[in-house]
Amino acid sequence: MGLKIEDITYTYESGTAMSVNALNHITTEIPDGQFIGLIGHTGSGKSTFVQMLNGLLKASSGHIYYNGEDIDGDGYDKKALRANVGLVFQYPENQLFEADVLTDVEFGPKNLGLNESARKARAEKALNLVGLSEKYWKASPFDLSGGQKRRAAIAGVLAMEPKILILDEPTAGLDPRGRDEILGLVRDMKNQLDMTILLVSHSMEDVAEYVDRILVMNAGQIMLDGTPREVFSHVSELEAVGLAAPQMTYIMRDLAAAGLPVRTDCLTVEEAAAEILSHRDAIPAAEKGGSHA
Amino acid sequence: MLKDVTLGQYYQTDSWMHRLDPRVKLLGTLSYIIILFVVNSVPGYLVCGAFLLVCVLLSRVPFGYILRGLKTIMVLLLITVLFNLFLTPGEPLVSFWKFTITKEGLTFSIKMAVRLIFLIIASTLMTLTTSPNQLTDALESVLGPLKKLHVPVHEISMMMSIALRFIPILMEETDKIMKAQMARGADFDSGNLINKIKAMVPLLVPLFISAFRRANDLAMAMEARCYHGGEGRTKMKPLVYRKGDVGAYGVLCAFLAACIVIRVMGV
Repeated sequence: MGLKIEDITYTYESGTAMSVNALNHITTEIPDGQFIGLIGHTGSGKSTFVQMLNGLLKASSGHIYYNGEDIDGDGYDKKALRANVGLVFQYPENQLFEADVLTDVEFGPKNLGLNESARKARAEKALNLVGLSEKYWKASPFDLSGGQKRRAAIAGVLAMEPKILILDEPTAGLDPRGRDEILGLVRDMKNQLDMTILLVSHSMEDVAEYVDRILVMNAGQIMLDGTPREVFSHVSELEAVGLAAPQMTYIMRDLAAAGLPVRTDCLTVEEAAAEILSHRDAIPAAEKGGSHA
Repeated sequence: MLKDVTLGQYYQTDSWMHRLDPRVKLLGTLSYIIILFVVNSVPGYLVCGAFLLVCVLLSRVPFGYILRGLKTIMVLLLITVLFNLFLTPGEPLVSFWKFTITKEGLTFSIKMAVRLIFLIIASTLMTLTTSPNQLTDALESVLGPLKKLHVPVHEISMMMSIALRFIPILMEETDKIMKAQMARGADFDSGNLINKIKAMVPLLVPLFISAFRRANDLAMAMEARCYHGGEGRTKMKPLVYRKGDVGAYGVLCAFLAACIVIRVMGV
């Protein structure tokens, strides 16, 4: 069933000169089991959009249905919704507050009303999932490194065992290694837990190789919606709104323009390398080994 | 969630009130607040209200925006009014059970309510039309004479401007952390008082940590730019009175005089 979003609009500071339409008539669906990348320029409404999905923000107009029920309907249990739709905020490490990591991760399950042993079990499971080894469990969350803090914070949401997990720019401010670790972690979670995942990012590289579907947002609207290959074929539209296709797309496009008959829809370095190598014979003999300007 | 707090926020627009010298606005607001407690008759309040209305109109800040700031002090206002209403001795009007509303209590509580509302609107209007930077400059300039008594005027005004500047930032931060904890199932609204206070811990700990981190970063950034206090510091935009500002002082004085006359004459 998943989430169904119907004609959502959201206005910040309505009624003043600073009134901004953050979201403009968005309609889409997030079916169970998909791994979706939500991409958009800073200020395109991504963060506002994801905060509506678990009822933290109420739409100015329009409806959101979770498993067929209107989440803004009378008497709808928002707490249960938030347990099912987990949201990891940008810089989630800023929400850590307990004396030790394990207790902090237990905060979510505790709010769900679980007893001590159940929440401890969930917290340990979540910490194992994010790959934070046992020696850190009793440490203060403030003594961890940046990447470890972020894992602990993600575990804090995972411990609620949501069906849908939304991650708002989980790699922001991390170094390349930390970035790869977190993204690898997200992919592993998807495979192990059979979750629906919505990964918010402004980097095409981040999402290109992982997701099944990409939503591109611009100025509060969904501009493109499709598989990564479909979306990245619209290079000029993406560039017009300040985004870019993955670098591989550009290299392959330039190679094709230079006369090499390669496919231009390669997304990852590995895929591109294989594609180029498969055309080794097409490179004119005169150019082989020689460098040309 | 916390967007209703307008006190201490700047409303960006171009208006006569925005262009007014900040010293005029600072002194004007101060004297207006004092005069609110001098005036004590209906005509007096009408004059004060009219003056405030003109100022609001000149500021081109939407009226609803200013009124939103009042919502936050509603509780304080209600408590003040209720205490005055029931606890002022005098000629009884209505009485039920142990409570008596007196005539004096009624008039006094209405007076207090009007005073508080005007006071909040006036000070909100000042901060809405004056950027924190301007306000500090004004404060520093107005308190300037105290430097002779070795009062660290510059440092005090710098601290004030930083505090003012941090209000919206901390509000935003609070909102963010609240949402993050709500996403983890935290509940800030229900339960009894003790539960509510307990629920603040997951909010306050991250908030304090972030406030300290920000303070540290700011101190570092200031030092990196060789900030060393007020000694020998010049300004990029020194405050200069223009014709309109002098005129505004004139209008202000006339208004203050009118209020004092009304009080003395006992109209």
